[in-house]
Amino acid sequence: MTPQPTSGPDGATGPGGAIETVFRLESPRVIAAVARLVRDVGIAEELVQDALVAALEQWPRDGVPGNPGAWLTTAARRRAVDLIRRRDTYARKLREIGRDLPESIPPQEPADPDDIDDDLLRLVFTACHPVLSADARIALTLRLLGGLTTAEIARAVLVPEATVAQRIVRAKRTLAAKNVPFEVPRGPDRTARLGSVLDVIYLIFNEGYAATTGDDWLRPALCEDALRLARQLAQLMPGEPEVHALAALLEFQASRLAARTAPDGEPVLLRDQDRSRWNRMLIARGVAALDRAGATAAGAPGPYALQAAIAACHARAYTYDQTDWAAIATLYGLLAARTSSPVVELNRAVAVSMAEGPAAGLEVVDAVADQLGGYHLLPSVRGDLLLRLGRAEEARTEFARAASLTGNERERHLLLLRAAQAAGSAS
Amino acid sequence: MPRYLSLVRIDENNAPAAGPSPELMQRMGELIEEMTKAGVLLDTAGLAPSAQGTRVHYEGGQLSVTDGPFTETKEVVGGYALMQAKDMPEAIEWTKRFLRIHEEHWTVTCEVREIAEG
Repeated sequence: MTPQPTSGPDGATGPGGAIETVFRLESPRVIAAVARLVRDVGIAEELVQDALVAALEQWPRDGVPGNPGAWLTTAARRRAVDLIRRRDTYARKLREIGRDLPESIPPQEPADPDDIDDDLLRLVFTACHPVLSADARIALTLRLLGGLTTAEIARAVLVPEATVAQRIVRAKRTLAAKNVPFEVPRGPDRTARLGSVLDVIYLIFNEGYAATTGDDWLRPALCEDALRLARQLAQLMPGEPEVHALAALLEFQASRLAARTAPDGEPVLLRDQDRSRWNRMLIARGVAALDRAGATAAGAPGPYALQAAIAACHARAYTYDQTDWAAIATLYGLLAARTSSPVVELNRAVAVSMAEGPAAGLEVVDAVADQLGGYHLLPSVRGDLLLRLGRAEEARTEFARAASLTGNERERHLLLLRAAQAAGSAS
Repeated sequence: MPRYLSLVRIDENNAPAAGPSPELMQRMGELIEEMTKAGVLLDTAGLAPSAQGTRVHYEGGQLSVTDGPFTETKEVVGGYALMQAKDMPEAIEWTKRFLRIHEEHWTVTCEVREIAEG
């Protein structure tokens, strides 16, 4: 049987919308390059959109160019120059940057890869700038760096498309109004700014990982977007230990994605997961990234390094019983000291209970209980520890309380089931 | 995000005897760097000639072992790229980029297959 080609020779409209794919792949770098020119990510994105429209007209007719990214960059830069020259409102910018502009834009000159990297990093730091709200940072990062459409972002973060569109518009305005420079921060605020970038990527991952409501497939896909962003950032900033640590953490977490949901969609607890379904390749990548974090670290491990080290402890255990709980409890102790977060203490309580017994764990839980009112995992963990101490009736109450506090339907179901089981063992 | 394996098939008998040119190797290095930076390329390698390979075959409960070269096969796997891409079109796009950096006298077939996740 002769294979039938589904498209002509490398057709622009080949299988699965080649042009759309090329846009998604190229747009972050093109936006970054143009943003350096116009010093405004909002304007840069509009110009790139214009260039995409031009490509949509030309490419199906003439074929996708050999270097589509360079084509788009040239087309968008030409528009940037036109815009700067034409509009009076840009006279100031023209004075600022006009002298840097070549008289004619060089055609499809391959850009220096280091320049592209620098521009991308500037785009990352701008999209994650602390003048923006967390929601805005997430939306802008997914849009500008993840190449997601507004509709895709809306479905992923469970808000109407108009809301996302508005968030993005407002974020761009804020960046312009506050004169946020398009640059990679140097000096004293660099660490804090990098922290904001890492937090945004982690939040994106958790949006997908937690999926506290709804079950749209796009939400788990956010994990993959975040993982890709973390891997990219690790390549762009190879000397930053926390960047490697975040990448490691996400590799480890992602390695369990397939195992943490049952075929019927019910969540599967870590201890019940079929570890043969953990993705060994992602675990190996996580270990390698954690090694790089360790090799580049100068001082004490940062919060992501500690979380990644904890995740590595789980990943290394082939069975739940093999888990090195004492090491995990120690790591949570270090993390709690750094973050003073009651949620971290709650996690430490679980580890302590596994290393030293449920009574010791319960002590840790009860020390932070006041700070965690309304958080469903508090009664859930308490119920677990009480059950192990043989206090089944108290455990039942805690599970029922946890069920009433969670916003996730499947989790509620699981907790009610545990409450019923506790009641059964009490009688 | 699914993973894709691109099996790079070449006709060893008609491939350039001198192997890839230094220019191709340089472009390949640049592309590999780009794909790694994009978070797409997980692993890639070229394989030693099939003459150095061995086929271990199982049929009717019997094992048989055949050393290369495998003259009856026109195209053999000469390399692979393991990618993690958003979807098949993206994996195909990267594969096209890999093929485009070859000189015109090359004949290469990349078979892009999604990895079935458990």
